[in-house]
Amino acid sequence: MRFIKNYTVMKNNFKKSFIILAIILLLAVTLAVIKGAVNIPFAKIFLKENQAIFQLRLLRILAALVLGSGLAVSGIVLQAILKNSLAEPYLLGTSSGAGLGAVIAIILGVSRIYFPLAAFLGAILSVILVYSLARQNNKINQQSLILSGVIVSVAFSAIIVFLVSMSGNEALHGITWWLWGSLQVYDIKLLFIVSSVVLIGIILIYIFSQDLNAISIGEEEAMHLGVEIEKIKTILIIVTSLITASLVCICGIIGFVGLMIPHMMRLVVGPNHKILIPFTCLAAGIFMVICDVIARSVMPPLEIPIGVITAVLGAPTFIFLLKRSQRVK
Amino acid sequence: MKDTLLRISDLTGGYNQELIVKSICLDIEKGDFLGIIGPNGSGKTTLLRLMSRVISPRKGNIELEGSDISKISLKNFCQRVAFVSQDTTINFSFSVWEIVLMGRIPHLKRMQVESKKDFLVAKAALSMTDALHLKDKKIDELSSGERQRVFIAKALAQEPDVLLLDEPTSHLDIGHQIQVLDLLMKLNKDKKMTLVIVMHDLNLAGAYCNRMVLLKDGSVFKQGMPQEVLTYQNIEAVYKTVVVVNKNPISSKPYVLLVPQEQR
Repeated sequence: MRFIKNYTVMKNNFKKSFIILAIILLLAVTLAVIKGAVNIPFAKIFLKENQAIFQLRLLRILAALVLGSGLAVSGIVLQAILKNSLAEPYLLGTSSGAGLGAVIAIILGVSRIYFPLAAFLGAILSVILVYSLARQNNKINQQSLILSGVIVSVAFSAIIVFLVSMSGNEALHGITWWLWGSLQVYDIKLLFIVSSVVLIGIILIYIFSQDLNAISIGEEEAMHLGVEIEKIKTILIIVTSLITASLVCICGIIGFVGLMIPHMMRLVVGPNHKILIPFTCLAAGIFMVICDVIARSVMPPLEIPIGVITAVLGAPTFIFLLKRSQRVK
Repeated sequence: MKDTLLRISDLTGGYNQELIVKSICLDIEKGDFLGIIGPNGSGKTTLLRLMSRVISPRKGNIELEGSDISKISLKNFCQRVAFVSQDTTINFSFSVWEIVLMGRIPHLKRMQVESKKDFLVAKAALSMTDALHLKDKKIDELSSGERQRVFIAKALAQEPDVLLLDEPTSHLDIGHQIQVLDLLMKLNKDKKMTLVIVMHDLNLAGAYCNRMVLLKDGSVFKQGMPQEVLTYQNIEAVYKTVVVVNKNPISSKPYVLLVPQEQR
């Protein structure tokens, strides 16, 4: 039974790495509580005079964790079902579609509770648009998929800029907020709604992780393993759109997270989704918390939009992956 | 006494408006090593895709031991029928062991963790295909022959009654071709596995199959034992080319020689 034992040893190795990542996350969270426009020593963070800052920072950390894991897991799903290593919500135009939906809802004066729904409608609209643009003879053309996504993204962002600059509505937080994102929490209730949607979404995706494994070795291969791919693809696209849309409502449009973290984690733990998804959640959480610390502490009291940081790190990743996929062909 | 495993009746199907398979009737017996041959576009692959439920028939049906396959749940169907495709390129570097374990998916519920039995079945499948030593390798590090053996192992891990294979050897050199076909022969003889294989190479098909079906324009032109199907009359009529058919001096199976136009 040495054979099965080897397999358990491998699983234990994963456990160890997982614990290490969890510790790093804990350290990152501690750092994020201390650092900011004002640095508060760890010993004084629980004092009453610092309570307001402490709470504010905790909310930001929650937003960062939810945002990171939601976007990264959506990236994993899209990469697996589209068999395209560059797929992620931002580059496929889903985020901008969601942003447009939310902006329109705000301008129309709809209640905040419905923002995620409006964003979801926008996201679905952009999904349909991108897929029909990339479709040729009933098949999705891999090369034009990302191109269509980026085009839709640019077009929708332009409409967002137009609408936001025309409207004096304060709830819009300005153009930068929408185009480059921020973890500033404006609405605690909305944050909790979004967090629950993202959490449920990720759990749902995790339930399908075995199916995702089968789909990533090929659609027909998956069918031969009894996976009802059309049904599962539809469910997963709806779930990722819902996650993306909810996140856009609290953080604006933030790109490349769904590209970088899944790829890094695939290098570390391999492509098996049962393992990849939990690892990616942790790593993306760490990544976003640290990005937010950088955003807040580089030029205090000014805050760099967090999307700027993710884009600076994400664009080289994109080029690297593009070059590699061209070499494979 | 014949024991029919798959009965194909009046099967018609294709893509969009185009019908590629036309009214095919065919019985596949338990323990058959059935070769499907025919020129490009004659419907070999489409027939196999209909048999594996990748596409649904326009007319007619396929029965697996008396029950219509379109009425069985996909999961149950995949516990009984497995498929090996021509060549599988994978973008993700799964390990061989992970790929073979995926063969257990039809037997597992969603989120169910593999049991000891699943591991043993997967391991047995790997040793049957002589690929156990590859188990920790990444799938994209393998040669095409090794990869094909791993994919056959994955199909065997499904513990199927029937194995459908779509030109499993067409990307391999002759050494690897023989290796894969010998393996299939062994499965057929030792495990009584029923095999349905689409092949381009008439001589290899003739050497290994116990029954053959020759397709022409989506219909069965001739079916029977290799020596009944591989006659120069049949081949010249279907492939529109001049051939000489002789007997292999060792196995006494038929083999087909091509004749270049200038030398006719």
